[in-house]
Amino acid sequence: MRGADYVIRRAGFALLTIFVAITINFFLFRVLPGTVVSDLARVPHATPQLRHALTVEFGLAKPKWEQYLIYLRELAKGNMGISFATQQPVSQLLLNDLKNTIPMVTIGTLGAIVVGIATGILSAWRRGSASDHVSTNLAIAFYAFPTQFLGLMLLILLGGLLPTSGMENPYAGVFGPQSTMARLQDIGLHLILPALTLLLTLYGEFTLIMRSSMLETLGEDYVLTARAKGLTDRRVIARHAVRNALLPIATLVALSIGWIVGGAILVEYIFSWPGIGQALWQAINQRDYPMLQGGFLILAVSVVLLNLLADLAYFKLDPRISG
Amino acid sequence: MSAIATEAGLAGTVSRGRAGLIRQAIRERKAAALGLGIIAFFVILAIAAPLIAPYSTTARSCAVFAPPSASHWLGCDDGGIDMLSEIISGGRISLIIGFAATLIAMLIGGGVGIASGYFGRWLDIALMRITDYLLVIPDLAFAMVIADVWGPSLSHVIAVIAILEWATTARIIRAQVMSVKERVYIKRARSIGAGHARIIGRHILPQVGPLLMANTVLTVAVAIYLETALAFLGLEDPSTTTWGTILEHAFNRAAVSAGAWWAIVPDGLVITLLIMGCFLLGQAIEDALNPRLRVAHLSSRRWALRPLAGRGPDAI
Repeated sequence: MRGADYVIRRAGFALLTIFVAITINFFLFRVLPGTVVSDLARVPHATPQLRHALTVEFGLAKPKWEQYLIYLRELAKGNMGISFATQQPVSQLLLNDLKNTIPMVTIGTLGAIVVGIATGILSAWRRGSASDHVSTNLAIAFYAFPTQFLGLMLLILLGGLLPTSGMENPYAGVFGPQSTMARLQDIGLHLILPALTLLLTLYGEFTLIMRSSMLETLGEDYVLTARAKGLTDRRVIARHAVRNALLPIATLVALSIGWIVGGAILVEYIFSWPGIGQALWQAINQRDYPMLQGGFLILAVSVVLLNLLADLAYFKLDPRISG
Repeated sequence: MSAIATEAGLAGTVSRGRAGLIRQAIRERKAAALGLGIIAFFVILAIAAPLIAPYSTTARSCAVFAPPSASHWLGCDDGGIDMLSEIISGGRISLIIGFAATLIAMLIGGGVGIASGYFGRWLDIALMRITDYLLVIPDLAFAMVIADVWGPSLSHVIAVIAILEWATTARIIRAQVMSVKERVYIKRARSIGAGHARIIGRHILPQVGPLLMANTVLTVAVAIYLETALAFLGLEDPSTTTWGTILEHAFNRAAVSAGAWWAIVPDGLVITLLIMGCFLLGQAIEDALNPRLRVAHLSSRRWALRPLAGRGPDAI
């Protein structure tokens, strides 16, 4: 069967990378001198019982190599320790944050891909025209805008019209219960600015890649053949050129996942979106090391898994890859 | 994935490394000259900062959030400090971080790429696993963690960015070295007794030089982007002024609600302009190195009856 080998190899590689990420994560935090960072049991204001329980649970009195094995074991059970700031399990807190991050990032990224592909196709089709120049230069500009600057600009320009902070109106439920519909609408309004910022920072690169990929495809022999058959421009583009020109976009999406996460952290910080990027930032400010360690690990693992997904999608899209 | 993409893209690339290629690229392409001009402008501005900056960046010279005026062209920040002076001197540190981090990243990336591509075998396998990891890890999150654990300082920020940004270059250089080392003249050089050091120094390095240049310029853009992001999140030495910390101050001290756009817009635009300059120059050098794109330009399909892609002389 085509590709069983390929799939296994990519999955194996992803697992290896996750393992490396976990190991580096352990070394970054636990093997440092001093106990401020490395001692998971130093939860401020905790009872001696809780501290003792954590010390036993993570084997903090044992040698480092044994701690590493225990860390792996506890991680496998989903145990990432107790947050210094809230004294709640880290994994539960981060899971909640992840639930908030995913819709915002998905909408922003998908929007960027759609806008990028559309403008890229138009640019390539009308190559050399004024609309091509405008669209290409805009793409370069948006590609170069720092995410935080774009976010601040949108705050200035649209701050009066749309909610600028958080995920929902904190007073909405105060004067009686809120219907699900109203709540979703509220969240949707709050989502516009962060998602739009992410969309704008990401779309430029997609436009540029799509444009050059389309131009390359339009020079291929089968496009000439399609034209020779007398097909219209529109049909040649839609049926023959775009499909093949889309391949580099799949690669680019895979390569940009780490970048998208970085953008999401900045966006969540600016708009106080209660997601995982915001949690990471708060963990740094509150010296909440278990949260920081857990948050980083979750981001790293998500990126590796999404990369694997993109790899497999690319494999499905391009029959020329044989593994 | 990334490896497949970069290597496949480069397999047919650069055959002859020419020292004059970069100069030629700049002469032939408007975008390259523009990019170089922008970078040169900011470098000169950074070097001459103490002479040019009209006011002090530590002592207050006007009212809090004073709007732009004849004496303060870009207005003032929340501490009554002249924005123009802040941007001019902030560029100094931003550029130092950007260039220093890039220099280290290029030394590591170039070195690893050449060693990996030239010697191959287990060295290649080991080094490429490290780059694989660095390529998939989320840059900013990793930088935040390290910057926080190490503590905020200029040298830490430079080190973090350098550690994160060498992997792409290593990949690209490796692919190039692997194709160059199979060339006949290198085999000949080896057969007449040239050592590894001589082959690498005399025959391989000149071939990968232009590609390394293109990458250097593109990496400067990424480094400055990361610097401003880290600074914006408050992970840089709070006593320094960089283009990143200017935005951080504006955000944290409510420049938005005060309506003080001048504390945000000019600074954001200079960062954008510099990143754009690097992008234009780097892209132009890369294009000049890629003969496939040239073939497309000179495509014999110019005789097409009705332009399919584009209108006018550029049409395919």
